[in-house]
Amino acid sequence: MRDALAPDTLLSVRNLQTHFVSRSEVAKSVDGVTFDLKRGETVAVVGESGSGKSVTSLSIMGLLAHPGRIVGGEILYRNRQGTVRDLAQASAKEMKRLRGTEIAMIFQEPMTSLNPLFTVGDQIAEMITLHEKISYRAALDRAAEMLELVEIPAARRRVNDYPHHMSGGMRQRVMIALALANKPSLLIADEPTTALDVTIQAQILDLLRRLQSEMGMSILFITHNLGVVAEIAREVVVMYAGRVVEQAPVVDLFARPKHPYTEGLLACTPNAARDVDPNGVRLPLRPIPGSVPPITALPPGCTYAPRCTYAVPGCTGAVPPLFSVGASHLSRCFRHELL
Amino acid sequence: MIRTISHRLLGMLVVMLLVVTIVFVIVRITPGDPAAVMLGPDATSADIAALRTQLGLDRPLLVQYFQYLADVVRGDFGQSIFLGQPVLRALADRAEPTFFLTLFSLGIAVAIALPIGIYSAYRRGSAFDQSATTVAMLAASIPSFWLGLLMIQFFAVKLGWFPTSGYGGPGASFATRLGHLVLPAFALGIVSSALIIRFTRASMLDVLNDDYVRTARSKGMGEARVILRHALKNAMIPILTIIGLTAALLISGAVVTETVFSLPGVGNLVVNAVLRRDYPVIQGALLVVAGLYVLINFLIDMLYILVDPRVRY
Repeated sequence: MRDALAPDTLLSVRNLQTHFVSRSEVAKSVDGVTFDLKRGETVAVVGESGSGKSVTSLSIMGLLAHPGRIVGGEILYRNRQGTVRDLAQASAKEMKRLRGTEIAMIFQEPMTSLNPLFTVGDQIAEMITLHEKISYRAALDRAAEMLELVEIPAARRRVNDYPHHMSGGMRQRVMIALALANKPSLLIADEPTTALDVTIQAQILDLLRRLQSEMGMSILFITHNLGVVAEIAREVVVMYAGRVVEQAPVVDLFARPKHPYTEGLLACTPNAARDVDPNGVRLPLRPIPGSVPPITALPPGCTYAPRCTYAVPGCTGAVPPLFSVGASHLSRCFRHELL
Repeated sequence: MIRTISHRLLGMLVVMLLVVTIVFVIVRITPGDPAAVMLGPDATSADIAALRTQLGLDRPLLVQYFQYLADVVRGDFGQSIFLGQPVLRALADRAEPTFFLTLFSLGIAVAIALPIGIYSAYRRGSAFDQSATTVAMLAASIPSFWLGLLMIQFFAVKLGWFPTSGYGGPGASFATRLGHLVLPAFALGIVSSALIIRFTRASMLDVLNDDYVRTARSKGMGEARVILRHALKNAMIPILTIIGLTAALLISGAVVTETVFSLPGVGNLVVNAVLRRDYPVIQGALLVVAGLYVLINFLIDMLYILVDPRVRY
């Protein structure tokens, strides 16, 4: 199984199952998620809150909060030595060594993700000294270089700034500098632009793209915003209620969505709808009725059926499998042929 | 930052001026003639008149007030009626046991409370957390004098490990004197730790779910570093506040504990002064205790500035 990892593949998540087990119920937050991430490429995982996209990323990082636990599947990762490791089985010690060096993460909330009591330089330097035998002075020097790399003006001076001296966009740049300080192979970006103004969003996406081409890392980009996906990703995984419902190259997905949920998402994403419709026809904006079901009380069969305009009684029987609906295009819909 | 500190210092001065004024007024609004009240029902009118002159009570109120202010500023807190020595001298003579008792019990309280509070929060809902919370509640509801009596009974009377009471008598070595403080310091420290445990736990719980704690973990450091460097420092502000408050409470708690353990400290002096209506001593002790409260608050404020860069505006 592990040998099946193609040489250009950095990360292969296979049938990942992450559950939150309490005394009274089991929340299957991630239920059989599978996708591959190639070196230097970007995969976007898209979904609403509660779809399991963040839990997927935290599973890869080994940072699941209690009582979350990986109960099945594999997270195959090719480390710097070229060995393929299953992160789902890795020891706490191995994960600690990988975190911050090979796998780094940036988060949604730049305002609160930095520690308010330490200077930004200190926080970046800590990231370096944690994994490398190097003096604090030298680490601080590298921190300043990292701040320059993420285009923070007067970086040398701002090393000594505290987070509260900076705006949200600047803080997210600091987070990126922090995450990339040890030149990771994999960057997990969990909604890194969601909390930012649109113009700042564009700058941050631009920065990420530039740094990716310079440093060659792979990015797992978690977002609920399809407009952002169009900007950055090559491959898209759409998640709904803990499962992958559609997976496709970004162009295919926008042009020919093969799952009613994706179609629904596109229909209520103004930019994506305008930009991607190939005939130049504007798709009407229409919200998806209802809301994501609670993960502990999922409807039987297709979990999207209660909100789906294509649903027929047969949809609530068995859970639909992932149908192959085109070149590297998968859809978890019984009625995908209608789309 | 200098502006912040000078603001605080100015505030301290204002508070102390208010305290002096209140202490001054208290004696003057005592029903009847303060001199007569102080000397009790058996005093002759000549004695009362003499005390009135000594205390300056025969002069106009405003003159008395400024005279009192000037005296206090010069460190002259008056003369004890019963001890035949200046109030400041009497306080200074008894400061040592109170000072060390407060210091040790605060040290013990913090040493007990911080690790327990931090670990309780970290292992929230565990058996450790639940028993720690219960024991802390129990400890908080025990009066320190009762715990003191129990400890005397067990450790001093039954096991004979520590002296039952007193401060070693005149000429006792420093080590002997400190030995007399062990039991009272633990009695006070254990009781005071309860509040700090609960605050530490609550404050850590707040902080442990913060985003920067997750960031710290994502950097690949061990849990100990995540908790002690990134979380605890952020949880410290409310904890410092409650430690300062505890220090202030310990000074008043010492009054009772010193009585139980017959320690010749400031608390003991005050209790006797109250029983004998030794007004100058009571006034002097009030001023000193209020001064210590203000000083502790100032120190806590300074610690905030050290811990939190956002306070250094």
